[in-house]
Amino acid sequence: MNTRRIFLKQSALAMAGFGAAPLWIRRALAATDEAARRKVLVTIFLRGAADGLNILVPFTEQAYYDVRPTLAVPRPGRDEGAISLDGRFGLHPALAPLERFYKEKLFSAVVATGSPDPTRSHFDAQDYMESGTPGRKSTQDGWLNRALSPLPDGSPVRAVSIGPRLPRSLRGAQPAVALNTVEEFRVKQAGASVALESMYAGSHDAALGAAGRETFEAMKLLEPLRRQSYSPGNGASYPRGKLGAGMEQIARLIKANVGLQVAFTDLGGWDHHTNERAQLPGLLRQFGGAMAAFAQDMGSRMEDIAVVAMSEFGRTVRENGNGGTDHGHANTMFLMGGPVAGGAIYGQWPGLDRDCLHEGRDLAVTTDFRDVLASFACRHLGVANAASVFPGFTQPPGGWEWKRS
Amino acid sequence: MRVRGRKLLMVSALALAALWGSDAATPWSRKLAGGEKVLHALNRLAFGPRPGDVERVRRMGLDRWIEGQLDPSKLQENPVLAGRLAPLDSVRMTMGEMAAKYPPRRLIRAEAGERPSERVTPGRGSEERREELKKVAPQLLVTSDLMQNKLYRAVYSERQLEEVLVDFWFNHFNVYLNKGQVRRLTASYERDAIRPFVLGKFKDMLRATAEHPAMLFYLDNWRSVDPAAAERLRANALGEGPQALRRVRGLNENYGRELLELHTLGADGGYTQKDVVEVARCFTGWTIGAPLTDPKFQFAARLHDKGEKFVLGHKIPAGGGMEDGLKVLDILAAHPSTAKFLSRKLAQRFVADDPPPALVDRMAATYLKTGGDLREVMRTMIHSREFFSVGAYRAKVKSPLEMVVSAVRALDASVQSALPLSKAIDELGQPLYRKEEPTGYRDTAGEWVNTAGLLARMNFSLQLAGGRLRGTGVAQDGSSVADPRQASLRLLHEEPSPALLAALEKSLEGKPATPAMVAGLILGSPEFQRR
Repeated sequence: MNTRRIFLKQSALAMAGFGAAPLWIRRALAATDEAARRKVLVTIFLRGAADGLNILVPFTEQAYYDVRPTLAVPRPGRDEGAISLDGRFGLHPALAPLERFYKEKLFSAVVATGSPDPTRSHFDAQDYMESGTPGRKSTQDGWLNRALSPLPDGSPVRAVSIGPRLPRSLRGAQPAVALNTVEEFRVKQAGASVALESMYAGSHDAALGAAGRETFEAMKLLEPLRRQSYSPGNGASYPRGKLGAGMEQIARLIKANVGLQVAFTDLGGWDHHTNERAQLPGLLRQFGGAMAAFAQDMGSRMEDIAVVAMSEFGRTVRENGNGGTDHGHANTMFLMGGPVAGGAIYGQWPGLDRDCLHEGRDLAVTTDFRDVLASFACRHLGVANAASVFPGFTQPPGGWEWKRS
Repeated sequence: MRVRGRKLLMVSALALAALWGSDAATPWSRKLAGGEKVLHALNRLAFGPRPGDVERVRRMGLDRWIEGQLDPSKLQENPVLAGRLAPLDSVRMTMGEMAAKYPPRRLIRAEAGERPSERVTPGRGSEERREELKKVAPQLLVTSDLMQNKLYRAVYSERQLEEVLVDFWFNHFNVYLNKGQVRRLTASYERDAIRPFVLGKFKDMLRATAEHPAMLFYLDNWRSVDPAAAERLRANALGEGPQALRRVRGLNENYGRELLELHTLGADGGYTQKDVVEVARCFTGWTIGAPLTDPKFQFAARLHDKGEKFVLGHKIPAGGGMEDGLKVLDILAAHPSTAKFLSRKLAQRFVADDPPPALVDRMAATYLKTGGDLREVMRTMIHSREFFSVGAYRAKVKSPLEMVVSAVRALDASVQSALPLSKAIDELGQPLYRKEEPTGYRDTAGEWVNTAGLLARMNFSLQLAGGRLRGTGVAQDGSSVADPRQASLRLLHEEPSPALLAALEKSLEGKPATPAMVAGLILGSPEFQRR
C-alpha cells in the first residue's frame, strides 16, 4: 500500500511534528514570518450534513448500490455516472470542473473523517467542528481564531468571513472581520464616520467597543480596494450564488495583499431527508464551480493557498423512505491548493458492509477531523503546537503519515 | 458563611457569593431603581419605548402594565395597526384559500439550484399594485405580506409582549419559508399554531405545530410512513390516496429528532438514537391531506406503524393509531428536561445570555407545577429579583429585528411600507422567516456582534433618522432636537456617556448640528445596540 504525505512541501519544521516545540523550531518559525504571511487558509463549511457518499462515490462497493437503490450515483462510464479519480472513488458528475485539478495534483479528499462525538444534531456537531472541541459545549472561541493566536500580529483583515454573521470558527480573542462585499464595507453617510469611530473607540462596552474598533481599522485598510472594480484572473468565472460570490470576495482580498491569512465562507441547504437526487446536483454545481473558479482565478498564487471544505457529519449509508438520507456519522473532507499533495484520495476506508458500519447504519470514522484541520494549522499556517488550536487533542502516532486510501 | 462574607471587602464578597451561590450582593440581587425598571420592562417585554411610553407606564404603574401585557386580549389595540394590516389579505386566508388564490404551481419552486432573487419593489399598498403583483409574482406577495404583517405588529401593536413572544416561539419551532410549499403555509402556521398559545399551555402549541402542514412539510414527516405499509400500498397499484404518497417508501427521522432535540428535551435532555427512531415510528401516518389544493392535517391510519414502541422508557403498545404520537407529545411536554430547556431558552431571551441557573430552576418548577402554563412561567420570570436586577440591565445585545423595530419606535417614525425595514433586517444578519435550519437563530450577543452586522446597524440608523429609508417617514419637527444631551435623553432615556457626548460634539464641530444627524449617530451608538 502506498503511503504518502498529505502535504507536498516538506520542511525541517514540519518533520518535527508538533508536541511541545523545541526552542529552535520557534526561532526558525519566527524567521519564516514573511513566508508565513503569504500563506492563506480558506475554509468552506457545508452546513446541514452534506451526503459525502454521493459527492465522492465509493463506486467499487456493491453495498453502496444495494442500499441506495434510487439514490446511488451510477458507476463510471454509465449514464450520469461518477467520474473516477483513482479507480475506487469518483466525483459526482456535477463536480466535473474539479477533475482537472485532481489531475494537476491540486485537489484531494480525505474519506471517513469525523468527530469522536456521536451526536447527530446539526447544531451540536457544527458547534463542535467550529469550536474544535467535540463533546465540550463550554468552549467560547473557534479553532480558526485560535490558529491565529500564535502568529505574529497581523493586518486588521487577517481573518475574514463572508456574510453578515461571524461564524463560530472565527470567534475569539483575535480580531476577525465579517463582510458581505468589499464595496459594502463602509459608512454610507459622509461625515458620520469620524463620530462613529470615536464613539466606539471610547466605549466602555467591551464586546461592542472591540467590534467597533475592528470595523473602522478594517474599513480604512480596505478603502483603496473599494475604489477599484474587480475582475477575476485567467478568465475565471464564478458561479452564481452565495458560495461563488463569497469565494470571489476572498480571491479579491488575497490578491490585494492586505494581509489575509484565514478566510471562511459557508453554504447551507445540504440536509436532504427527501428527494436528494433533485437537490444535490444544484448545490454541487455551486460548490465545484466556486472551487474551480477560485483556483483558476488565483493561478500560480494557489501555491500558497490551501482550501478545506467540511460538513458537520455524514448521512446514513442506506437511503430512507423518501429518496433522501438521514443523519449519519463519518463524512468526506475536500482539500485544494498548492500545499496539498493532490491527485490521491486519503484516509482509511472502513467499508460499507453492515458489520463495518458505525452503530450498524453509518460510515465509521477512521480519521478525526481535527487531525486534518491541525495539519493545516501547523503545516500551512505555522502554528507550533496543535494542542493550542485543538485543546485536549493528541495527534495519533505517525502524525502526518496519511495512507492513501 | 454569609455573615462572614458581608464583613469582607466588596470584591471578595462578590467572589465568595458566586462561589457559594449565596444571594449576598451579586449583580443578580442588586435591584434597579424605579425609572430604570420601567425602561428595562419596555426593552424586554416590548420592542423598546416610543416617545412618552416610559412616562405612561410610570403613571399607570409598572405592575399594572405588566399584567396587561400578560393578558393581551383585553388590551385595546392601536387603531393605526388595523389600517396597516388591512391590505395584507394573504395573512388572513386559510391554507385552502391561499392555494386557490395563489396557484401552487407558481409557488412551488424547484428546491434545487439557484434561487430567484427575493427582491421585490415595495408597494404602496395600493390595490392596483397588489393585483399586478398577484398576476406576475404571487409568491412575492405572499412573502411580503408575511413580513409586513410581522413588522407592522412589532412597531404598532399595543400587545407588545405577545409580539415578542410570537417572534420567540416561531424561532423555537422554526420553519423555512423557501422550502417548497412552506411559503404559503407559513402565515397560517404563525397565526394558528404559534400565536394562540404563546401565553397558554406549551403542550397545546406542541400539538398544533406537530399537526400543522408547514411543520409536517418542513421536517418531512408528511412522507414518513411504515415501510411495510408503503410496500402494501405500492402493491395495490398505487391507485388511491394523495398523489405525493405514491413516492413514499418508509420512515423519515427528521421530525422525530428535531422534536426531541429542538422542540422539547434539548440535545442534552437524555434521549438516544433508539428513541429518535421510536418517536419517528409513532408519527408515521401524520401527513397532509390534499397538499396542493387544500392542505390540512390528516392521520393516515393505513400508513401508520402499528408495532409496539418504547419511548424514553415508556411502552407504547402495539395496535395504536394517532394516539401513539399524541402520547409521545404528552410524555415530552411533561418531561423535566423540557421544563428546563424551555425555561433556560426563555431566560436567555428575556434576562441574559447566560441566565442564572437558580432562576431557570424556579421557572422550570413553575412549568412542572402548572402543567406547562407559559403565562405562569413568564410571571415567575418577570417577578423574579433577577429580572429587574443590575445583572440583567442592558445585558442583552438587540437582535437585528429588535434593533430595527426599536429604532423606528424610538423615533416615532411612520411606516407606510415595511419591506425596506425587512431588507435592512436581512443586512443586519437575520432574514425574517428565512433561517434555513430548524435550530432557528441563536439569541446571544456572539450571533450579532461583528464588523458587518455593526456597520449595517450604523448605516441603517443614519438612513432611517435622515429620512432616507423608503417607506418610513420620520418627522423633522420640534420633537427632534440637535442638542446631543437632549437627543440622548430622548432616544436612550439616559444621560450620554462622556465618550458618546465627545463623539457627538466632535461630529458637529464647525457645522450646524442637524437633529437627523445626531439621532442617526445615537441610534448607531454602542448604547442603542443594547436592551
